[in-house]
Amino acid sequence: MGGHSVEEISKEVRIYMTVFASLLVLSGVTVGASLLDVSTTVAIIIGLAIASIKGTLVACYFMHLISERKAIYAILALTAFFFAVLMALPAMDLQGNEAFSGRV
Amino acid sequence: MSGHDHHDPGFIRKYVFSVDHKVIGIQYTVTSLLFLFLGFALMMIMRAQLAYPKADFSFLENIFGEAGFVGGTMLPEFYNQLGAMHGTIMVFLGVVPLAVGGFGNYVMPLQIGAPDMAFPKLNMASYWVYFTGGVVMICSFFVEGGAAQYGWTSYPPLANTQPHLIGQTMWLVGMVFLITSSLLGSVNFIVTIVQLRVKGLTFFRLPFFVWAQFITSFLLLLAFPPLEAAGVLQLMDRVAGTSFFMPDGLIISGSPAVNAGGGNPLLWQHLFWFLAHPEVYVLILPAMGIVGEIVANNTRKPLWGYRSLVYSVIFLGFMSFIVWAHHMFMTGMGQSMSIFFQTTTMIISIPSVIILTALILSLWGGSIRFNTPMLFALSFLPMFAIGGLTGLPLGLAASDIQLHDTYYVIGHFHFVVAPGTLMALFAGVYFWYPKVTGRMMNSALGKLHWIGTLVFLNGVFIPMFVQGMAGVSRRLYDQTHYEHGQAVQEWTIASSWSAWLLGIAQIPFILNFFMSFFAGKKVDQNPWKATTLEWAAPSPPPHGNFATEPEVYRGPYEYSVPGASDDYSPQFVK
Amino acid sequence: MSAPVIRYIDEPHPITGLTNGKLGLWLFLASEVMLFGALFSSYILLRVGADSWPDGWDVLNVPLATLNTVVLISSSVTMVMAWVGCRLNNLGKFRFYMSLTIALSLVFLVIKTIEYKPKFEHYEAFLADGALVKGYEGSESITGHLDENDLDKDYILFSPDAVQHGTSGDDEHSDHEKGGEGHAEQIRINRLDIDRLTNFGPKHSNFYGLYFTMTGLHGLHIVGGIAVNLYFLLFGTGMFRSNPAQFSNRIECAGLYWHFVDLVWIFLFPTIYLL
Repeated sequence: MGGHSVEEISKEVRIYMTVFASLLVLSGVTVGASLLDVSTTVAIIIGLAIASIKGTLVACYFMHLISERKAIYAILALTAFFFAVLMALPAMDLQGNEAFSGRV
Repeated sequence: MSGHDHHDPGFIRKYVFSVDHKVIGIQYTVTSLLFLFLGFALMMIMRAQLAYPKADFSFLENIFGEAGFVGGTMLPEFYNQLGAMHGTIMVFLGVVPLAVGGFGNYVMPLQIGAPDMAFPKLNMASYWVYFTGGVVMICSFFVEGGAAQYGWTSYPPLANTQPHLIGQTMWLVGMVFLITSSLLGSVNFIVTIVQLRVKGLTFFRLPFFVWAQFITSFLLLLAFPPLEAAGVLQLMDRVAGTSFFMPDGLIISGSPAVNAGGGNPLLWQHLFWFLAHPEVYVLILPAMGIVGEIVANNTRKPLWGYRSLVYSVIFLGFMSFIVWAHHMFMTGMGQSMSIFFQTTTMIISIPSVIILTALILSLWGGSIRFNTPMLFALSFLPMFAIGGLTGLPLGLAASDIQLHDTYYVIGHFHFVVAPGTLMALFAGVYFWYPKVTGRMMNSALGKLHWIGTLVFLNGVFIPMFVQGMAGVSRRLYDQTHYEHGQAVQEWTIASSWSAWLLGIAQIPFILNFFMSFFAGKKVDQNPWKATTLEWAAPSPPPHGNFATEPEVYRGPYEYSVPGASDDYSPQFVK
Repeated sequence: MSAPVIRYIDEPHPITGLTNGKLGLWLFLASEVMLFGALFSSYILLRVGADSWPDGWDVLNVPLATLNTVVLISSSVTMVMAWVGCRLNNLGKFRFYMSLTIALSLVFLVIKTIEYKPKFEHYEAFLADGALVKGYEGSESITGHLDENDLDKDYILFSPDAVQHGTSGDDEHSDHEKGGEGHAEQIRINRLDIDRLTNFGPKHSNFYGLYFTMTGLHGLHIVGGIAVNLYFLLFGTGMFRSNPAQFSNRIECAGLYWHFVDLVWIFLFPTIYLL
């Protein structure tokens, strides 16, 4: 979050417009990439990579995380850790299923 | 929020839709005590069925309708409703709202010297959303088919098999309300603690109780949403006919289930326990905080190892997110999974032991005042220890396979939350009652309440270890049906009689609670000669709490400082 | 008695550098991350465990969803511009961009409705083993429109889609969006020949269940955002004049929420529609 002077704000507006354009382009790219004839794994990697770039742009500039306070970073780091645990959950379950079917 | 044009807000705004954290705290306390009583009443009915399975329960038909009984004998479906709702009410409507909503709301802002919570209106919303959730839960008893009957854990596919019974659907809706309420509450708590501490009150001068509430709020904030997601998915299963938790080829009552299949029942268990294990610490951390306050105050010496207590609570909160699958050793998880979760479970017992040890060491060499709150706080220590130690065999897959889903498990976690947390919560009621009302609770009645509660709580739960090791399943509605159950039926009867006597032992508390409000000895602002900030405010504190904003000059537990004139040096006195 | 003065509502805390509202909002968003995280986690688990998973291009309306992506991204930009309006103390600019944000979010919901509706009107009848339906021998299912479903009768009247469906799992789902355009002759199917009759709503399969649950929950967040933004647009003028700093903070928070809703969509869109 920059200052409140008119020049600073108009500089910010230029950044917002650049981000907007990039998001539109990336949306096009992700739709186009989904039409490529690649394996599901590659498609997922491409799709999520583009989504992550878009998400980062939104978080950094629209939500101005790029210049945020430490307390917010701390909360988000904590959340990111527990989010990672949550995302590990399917992997845990699948590992379990394989072991189970292996035993039968 | 402007001050000058604010007149007397009138009865409704002052006591019903109040934004004052103290009124909201009292609302939470009274409501949750009523819910605790209701949950207890349901349990007393269950104990009657367990001790005397063929008994005549026709008097209950007037309350719950005739569908649950045949010729006065209780049907298993009705027993299951009692069990599911006892658990739900005690955990989500009783203990957590009392520990966090009640004590947290009332005491925490006072202890940090704040005039109110950071978001007073949000605080009010939090209470009323909780209240609505509670009403939805209770109403579910009176709909066709009765209340939820699939255990407080609501495991699918069982919980999905009768979508026409709206009891379980109402349970899910009620849970969404309760989760929303805790979410609003926890955001408010964290912001208040981070932003509104008075001058001089650094994080390491915070009372231990505030630390406990701080970590608890993070658990509520981050662990509850996955259960909300799971609740939405189960709601979709029941209402929209999806099959998120319904596996392929499911046969219900002899005929194939008509749905798309392909679901995963274990998904529910993962999401449920992702909340419900941190929830255990939501139940216990505020209790530890209360005990810490009372122990320091009544030993007249600083808490032993304040910093290690704080670090332990933080570590406990953190670890509580990665132990959930120790509830699922029996689901056919892979062995490496079991090993991982056994290890984390053993690790999480370390900070618990540190906290308990620090509290016990705090007693060493103190000139202990054995008043009512202290008696309750002292009995928390061994009770929690029993609860914790009996948990170890359940945290190890090999012994858990034997004990899983038996009465042993019931005995274990009740020792943590009933003789453990409840003892601490009673201690808190006796300790802060003079602050809230300006009057002391009667000491003789309090001690009578303490001894009865302590003896009969143990009478209720110790037999369960015996039953559990004899292999009696926790869900049985009539264990005499089985030979191994008949062998330990005397223990069941003993446990039931203890439960009813425990009910009688609460009468002095109820009398004391109401009578002291009018007839208790009047007190000044600091009757316990305590050091923390809530005792700098008048008893009861007015709207806005402090006449002049306090300032903090030292740590929270400076008792018996060498060279000081008094045996206590309050944080707020220079 | 006077209301207590709570600090750091409009000026930031000296140490954290944050107002209460902003810290609270980020905490709320943290819990939202966990809420949607749990749903994404469920999605992965159910998808990996499924026998087959349709391609979004075949069964969902990707062009409409792409349009919605553009709409939502645009609304994020207008939201941030509304905040700029506040900070420049320009009420007209704030009102213009806030109205635009709300209009775009309504457009998003309208497009969503257009996307949802045909799925509830389009049916699939899964046939029992050895079912005898003329012209569909050996098919696993027939998709089309349900003309009559009278529970007293032991048959249903069904207009199958013009596009013929093969027996393999992949073709089963093809082009049902366009299927409604031309119908083959109405047929009568005996109830005994049907295992399961369902529209393409949530109960059709876990794919549709997740599609409706996740986009539906996201839609509810859009509705919530519209309510908040509408409140600031209609009732915010007083505070805009009396306490511009606090009003700007509130719009910033509303914006953070709105961008988060956009962020969720950025991940939902490829996950549900493209992968």
